[in-house]
Amino acid sequence: MNLIAKPSKDNIKTYVPIGLFLVSLSFLDVFINAFFNFNLMGFLPSQLSYFLPLILGFVGFYLIRIEFSGVRSLDVLNKNINSNNFNALLTLFTIFIIIKSIPPMLEWFILEANFVGNSKDDCTGDGACWVFIKVWFNRFMYGLYPDAEQWRINTAFLILFAVVGVSFFVSEKLKKYFILFLVFVFPFLGIKLISGGSFGLEYVESAAWGGLSLTFIISAFAILFCFPIGVILALGRRSSLPAIKYISIGFIELWRGVPLITVLFMSAVMFPMFLPDGTFIDKLIRVLIAITLFEAAYMAEVVRGGLQALPKGQYEAAKSLGMGYWRMNALIILPQALKLVIPGIANTLLALVKDTPLIFVVGLMELAGMIGLAKTNPKWLGMAMEGYVFAGLVFWVICYAMSRYSQNLEKKLSTER
Amino acid sequence: MGKIIELKKVNKWFDKFQVLKDIDLEVSPQEKIVICGPSGSGKSTLIRCINRLEEHQEGNIIVDGTELSESTKNIEKIRAEVGMVFQQFNLFPHLSILDNCSLAPIWVKKLPKKQAEEIAMNNLKRVQIDDQALKFPGQLSGGQQQRAAIARALCMEPKIMLFDEPTSALDPEMIKEVLDVMVDLAKGGMTMIVVTHEMGFAKEVADYMIFMDEGKIVERAKTKEFFESPKSERTKLFLSQIL
Repeated sequence: MNLIAKPSKDNIKTYVPIGLFLVSLSFLDVFINAFFNFNLMGFLPSQLSYFLPLILGFVGFYLIRIEFSGVRSLDVLNKNINSNNFNALLTLFTIFIIIKSIPPMLEWFILEANFVGNSKDDCTGDGACWVFIKVWFNRFMYGLYPDAEQWRINTAFLILFAVVGVSFFVSEKLKKYFILFLVFVFPFLGIKLISGGSFGLEYVESAAWGGLSLTFIISAFAILFCFPIGVILALGRRSSLPAIKYISIGFIELWRGVPLITVLFMSAVMFPMFLPDGTFIDKLIRVLIAITLFEAAYMAEVVRGGLQALPKGQYEAAKSLGMGYWRMNALIILPQALKLVIPGIANTLLALVKDTPLIFVVGLMELAGMIGLAKTNPKWLGMAMEGYVFAGLVFWVICYAMSRYSQNLEKKLSTER
Repeated sequence: MGKIIELKKVNKWFDKFQVLKDIDLEVSPQEKIVICGPSGSGKSTLIRCINRLEEHQEGNIIVDGTELSESTKNIEKIRAEVGMVFQQFNLFPHLSILDNCSLAPIWVKKLPKKQAEEIAMNNLKRVQIDDQALKFPGQLSGGQQQRAAIARALCMEPKIMLFDEPTSALDPEMIKEVLDVMVDLAKGGMTMIVVTHEMGFAKEVADYMIFMDEGKIVERAKTKEFFESPKSERTKLFLSQIL
């Protein structure tokens, strides 16, 4: 038998078992090494034992690389991760890195981490100190909002979730009213409930708001307002009336050209100087307006991209049916243009949510800000890692949910079936 | 009989290039006019001026007693009375065929939804695609899409129909089904102005033929005369090339 024959259908019976055995052996070696700190090939010279898994895996992958083997799963495997020597190496490296990185991650997150206790002293393990998150959890969610009043935030969000939840199960006709309520009534109702000052509710100034609830409040309001403003700016930029066109261009370019952190700083510090004496606009509202206008400029450019992608014929067809400017845009142009740019819109809105931590420059602290505050507490020094990993996870969950929603929307609105 | 469309000394330029030169045209109600001519001769621009998808710079265009001018109110009123069918169909891809047809009656003529959909279904039946009413434009063949576009224009119950090369973007075997619908429409007494190269269709339905070249109306004649004894040399040359 020729041992160095090219792997082919003829020798599939011998090559594939040997190849699979070698590949498995190489993974097993790395696995045992990573999880149990035991070197299977320890009896070999150190350098050889270090590279052995790679060599074994490489030879193994070579042996099973049989074109048109007739075995379906083998063909799929070869096509996707083992199409040539270079790809086989990449596959091996990727799998090794994954196997190698699992134990330390597992240790830090769970095995060596501490979950019980009330202070930093309870964190004796080498891993994460989740006690920190547990103790500060209330602050991370509600900021400095008084404990006794936190039910108001909970109620506001419960109403929101309840209305959204129910709206999925009602008829199309009722749904319209649910949406109108969510867009035009709820935001102001919710804010009233959280800020208080009337209906026997104690007034809680916005400086005390914070944590994840503030992230949600700012994101929701900014998304709600920046979207229509962005659409109007996009239409304005394409207007045939020079005044409207140049005002829109000026607005968009001004806001797009300035960093958000500068805008926020100016809104909080410089803007009040220009107001007449005695007038006062809440800091949170000023920040909200700043973020809204800032993101609206980006939104405008995204929407304009969609408007430009539509063929001229759509405008002409709408006009030829006697539609005026607003009807044409509302019924024909925008529904198509917005559908085209859903990925861009989602992009902008995700960026908006992730921009909210920047409000720390004006002294407002949402989730990341509260973590920044907590980690500088003398009793909890050295907890930055836990805090920011937690913040990262929470933001990821929010953004991933938004991303999935936008993908569903894209699918639902697609008419090219 | 009064004229439903009157063009007097209409001139139009694209920048420096003059596309329409001293166009005079009168159309009586129920007349069918076919405009032909080489590409770039201004025939599409001419009918697009009639519902002001293009603006003319000099002269007067009077449609159904209303002068086309800057006034947007007049323009929208005239557009609602003048149906237009495009070369590229221009159906609204995000709406079903039924919604394509009922949208303008609902929002422009303010008809109740039920009535508008009834009108839409009648017109779809007329162009024989009522069985496709709930599909989206992307699911229809070219010929079906163009018939749907004709039905959409008819739903506004226009007094005049303009056709801008309605069969030029179609496969040969689909041209006939669209032309059949147009013949049927002509027999129903609609005022029609058609830009087309389909001379068979022209011979069958047109009252007048208009031949355009380089922005000018070169010849305007009764259909029979136009094909049998064209006066100008340019027309003869054109006809010899396409017949």
